[in-house]
Amino acid sequence: MNAASEPAADRAVARPPHQLFDAVVWTAALMFLAVLGVHEAHASDHRHNVANPAYQAECGSCHVAYPPALLPAVAWRAVLDRLDKHYGSDASLDAATARQVSDFVLSNAGRERGAAIASGVDLPRISTTRWFIKEHREEVPPSAASAARSMSNCDACHIGAARGDYAESTLRMPR
Amino acid sequence: MKFIFLGSVLVLGLVASAHAQTAAALLRTLDAAARTESSAFAGFSAQRGAAFFNQRHGSDWSCSTCHTADPRALGKHATTGKTIEPLAPARNPLRLTDPARTEKWFRRNCRDVLGRECSAAEKGDVVAYLLSLES
Repeated sequence: MNAASEPAADRAVARPPHQLFDAVVWTAALMFLAVLGVHEAHASDHRHNVANPAYQAECGSCHVAYPPALLPAVAWRAVLDRLDKHYGSDASLDAATARQVSDFVLSNAGRERGAAIASGVDLPRISTTRWFIKEHREEVPPSAASAARSMSNCDACHIGAARGDYAESTLRMPR
Repeated sequence: MKFIFLGSVLVLGLVASAHAQTAAALLRTLDAAARTESSAFAGFSAQRGAAFFNQRHGSDWSCSTCHTADPRALGKHATTGKTIEPLAPARNPLRLTDPARTEKWFRRNCRDVLGRECSAAEKGDVVAYLLSLES
């Protein structure tokens, strides 16, 4: 046993400098790729599918057509069930259009984002999900918030919001 | 260049005339409905439509809250702040060209502003008012 392990220990101690250099380079390269991968996943997380004519026409008139991916299906069902009492406005649709819209929304709905489908809250809001609050905390200067009027006015800052683009590169703070 | 110009004039002319036809058809439909609503109905009034448009009807909003007191101007949604294209066909030729769309917005917005759907007489007055505005 000892005879077998000792030579190995000797090799480790006697590792030539270029091998150490290789190990460092490989580690650095792998870390770089890992960071890049995370960054990529992060970037694609900011581009969402909103490209549906019925959805754009019916849900993009009074506000920007919000990405269905930002709420889970259970939350969207609660919204779609009460379009006649939609955050203080009547947004009712005829049955055929309602079906087109809900097909698109539910098939593109996202995962749970800590949505406040809570008791006491009448309807779920994207802006009260834990994810949204974390993303916007300390990111929005008061002047931008007042220029936007409401956190529901996404395209006040996210100038690509109408096409589902919420990437950092298309972010412009109003003054 | 000349052809492009003439072509544009022709297309604009066609859009304008198509618009006049659809608006007239819309008024005819509303007129027939208003007559069934009330035997006392005696035609639409742009003036009455203007008053209706700017009045509040028991809740917080009037039509002008979002569409402004001048329907030729850009509006702004009272809750979300989103820009609303002008309502007056003179400024926005797409307005009142799709009867289903017109009905949909009357239904929704009347419920918001009046807490009920508008009568055909009320809708006709507002349409007459919008059509009376010149750019």
